[in-house]
Amino acid sequence: MSHAATMPMGHDRPERGFDAYNAKLGMWVFLLSEIMFFTSLIGAYVILRFAHPDAFAQPGVVLNVPLTAVNTFVLICSSVTMVKAFAALEQDDQKGLKLWLLATIVLGAAFVGVQAYEYYHLVHDGFVPNAAAYAAPGGAIYGSTFYLMTGFHGLHVSIGVLCLIWILWKSNRGAFHSKRVAGVEAMGLYWHFVDLVWIVLFTIVYLI
Amino acid sequence: MQNGEKAHPPYMLIWGILAILMFAKVGVSLVGMPKWLSVALLVMISLASALLVALYYMHLKFEQKRLWVLAAIPIPLIVIFILVVVQEFR
Repeated sequence: MSHAATMPMGHDRPERGFDAYNAKLGMWVFLLSEIMFFTSLIGAYVILRFAHPDAFAQPGVVLNVPLTAVNTFVLICSSVTMVKAFAALEQDDQKGLKLWLLATIVLGAAFVGVQAYEYYHLVHDGFVPNAAAYAAPGGAIYGSTFYLMTGFHGLHVSIGVLCLIWILWKSNRGAFHSKRVAGVEAMGLYWHFVDLVWIVLFTIVYLI
Repeated sequence: MQNGEKAHPPYMLIWGILAILMFAKVGVSLVGMPKWLSVALLVMISLASALLVALYYMHLKFEQKRLWVLAAIPIPLIVIFILVVVQEFR
């Protein structure tokens, strides 16, 4: 009898070799491609910054470091709420799962909201990804790389929030329990990766 | 643990450490120190933070070695990437 045939219905099935079920393994493979994607963005930023040092302003001159530091803290908090949601699921604590997922959604949405607020003020001050309209310290290349990196990250967070809403909706329908955790764990992996990337981006873009 | 409950990593402790490291980074960037020193400190603190997230929140610390190998695939690619970039400025 095959391994799959011996598993009870409604349980996640680990794949042989990796001892990880498909959703988790698939998410890891996806995240590996994401690592290379963000590495290429960071690499482009570093190359351009070395090649055109005058086009980049010093930390805090253009960008609002205190506001983004608080926003980074919000994202770190969302990571702990996500992992607490997973821990609650492992204990079959359905109420805890939903509450922690909701907290993660609120914190993730707050992060995106603060980023939108930051963009609004930066654009108002002439910090735009457009050489013709650029009016902030540094050069347009600074604005272009900033919006490219933070924009793609913000897009990832936004997609993550939408996926979390979907996971919460499924949780309310009883889709997850202690023997069926793959969806929540895969979502958690994505969310923590987004947090991890921001930890690096915040340092490179805002502090160095 | 009783009743088959799984022991979880110290999530709140990790969160506290991550928060401290994050504010430490801001502090390093504000304190007037040589640029090379602040960059080195910021990179080290960031790598430590990223490692904590990967090990404890992404549970890599508790995964099988085969998944470690999978997760480590981009590292040699990143090293090659960095070496190629460095060549641009030699």
